[in-house]
Amino acid sequence: MLEVEGLTTHYGPVRAIDDVSLAVPAGGIVAVLGANGAGKTSLLRTISGLVRATGGRIVFDGETITQQPAEDLVRRGLAYVPEGGGVIGELTVAENLRLGALWRRDREERSRTLDEVVAIFPRLAERSSMHASTLSGGERQMLSIGRALMGRPRLLLLDEPSLGLAPIVVEQIMRVIGELRRERGLTVLLVEQNARSALSVADQGVVLNVGHVVAQGDANELAGDEQLRRAYLGMA
Amino acid sequence: MSRFVDLTLNGISNGMIYAAVALSLVLIWRATRIINFAQGGMLMITTFIASSVIESSGSYWLGFAVALVTGLALGAVVERVLVRHVEGGPPLNAVIATLGLLVLLQAVAGMIWGGTPRSFPPAFSIRGYEVSGRHVLFGPFDTFTVLAVLGAAGLLALLFRATGVGLQMRAAAFDPLAARLQGVRVARMYTVGWALAALSGSLAGLLVAPSVFVGPNTFDAILVFAFTAAVLGGLDSPVGAVVGGLVLGLSLSYVSGYAGSSLVTLAALGILIAVLMVRPEGLFSSARRRRI
Repeated sequence: MLEVEGLTTHYGPVRAIDDVSLAVPAGGIVAVLGANGAGKTSLLRTISGLVRATGGRIVFDGETITQQPAEDLVRRGLAYVPEGGGVIGELTVAENLRLGALWRRDREERSRTLDEVVAIFPRLAERSSMHASTLSGGERQMLSIGRALMGRPRLLLLDEPSLGLAPIVVEQIMRVIGELRRERGLTVLLVEQNARSALSVADQGVVLNVGHVVAQGDANELAGDEQLRRAYLGMA
Repeated sequence: MSRFVDLTLNGISNGMIYAAVALSLVLIWRATRIINFAQGGMLMITTFIASSVIESSGSYWLGFAVALVTGLALGAVVERVLVRHVEGGPPLNAVIATLGLLVLLQAVAGMIWGGTPRSFPPAFSIRGYEVSGRHVLFGPFDTFTVLAVLGAAGLLALLFRATGVGLQMRAAAFDPLAARLQGVRVARMYTVGWALAALSGSLAGLLVAPSVFVGPNTFDAILVFAFTAAVLGGLDSPVGAVVGGLVLGLSLSYVSGYAGSSLVTLAALGILIAVLMVRPEGLFSSARRRRI
């Protein structure tokens, strides 16, 4: 579904990611791991079209999308939930959700999707008319994932969904991600500093360090690799 | 007492015109964080065009409609051709660009229509209504002014609150990056925002022209008053712009009536400074809330 080949992105003269290659098979969940500043967020920002790649190629569903802007990629079924969710605090919960589906023409489809999203996160219905700025961290994360689902994406890019959340909320969000994959074949590329929770839901993992891929493989194997864990994942 | 009533009515009518221009400043500030110093020049051009159309066709309403449509188009063109290059840059670039545009528009207007102000007809009679044998300072044209501005503000509010485009425009203004990730074409929303702002401005031009005449510089004072009204209302609140316009219109009308008309501009600047010192976020701004 998603193939990244030799991707390189610069912020000015700084190389944020360097020659990164990875593949996410349809219906798979791949976790990108690594410490702060490893280039995880830069990778997602480049794939999502917010930042232009300076080298390499991104292929989504057989088509090269390397230079396409984010607003077009959303229409192709590639949704990106940035770190912290990117929820618009000045808008209400309902408005945030509506925004996620506005580019879709069919009104009926939109309201059907809304029902589905609310069924996944009933909490959002309770908070519907409140400003998003009043939500708790967990509710914000639910809203941002729910809003991304409003566009019925086939590939979901998730940036640090567990950041700053209570373990019980993290568990709930990881469970939802697993269900979405199982029930509707959603493909997920997940960036996490919290390697333990990410590898609990992912099939495969990619470890980044200062912009380079240093390890790649089966999630269970990565989780069991003593050396890797100590060197890059900060797990005891 | 009758003097007070007259000044109040006159203040409401003037205030609505300030409100319409303030609204155009606020719409642009909200969307792009730019103060459009060329707004006075833009509405001057559309009012001149209306004047020419009315003169050659004899129809006031044709001129009225043409002015509004040209306003819409002029706003969109200015955004795409000029403002797009300074959006998101240092604020001073935008100030210089819009000031430059103002000078350009005034020069062009002078070349086409000449420097001598010409009269402009009102849509309806400006003669005051007769109340118990006395003409008050408020006539059919004032009624039209109030209704037109309230109507325009109401339609804009409806657009922002109840339509998909309005929601996308608000999203683009509050958080362009998050909006892009939801498929919002942010640049297009800015163009629409400028077009609507210029529309509101050209409406104000048509309403104020009968009392100030139409010349390259006759609308300069309006921008000062509108800016004061916008700051009073909080700069990013459309409701604030309308209320700010009304408050300023009333204040200036009382100043003019009780203290002398030569003090009006001074009073407007005094109010501007007082607001900036005492309550810089204005009466209705969400800026303070957002800072937390």
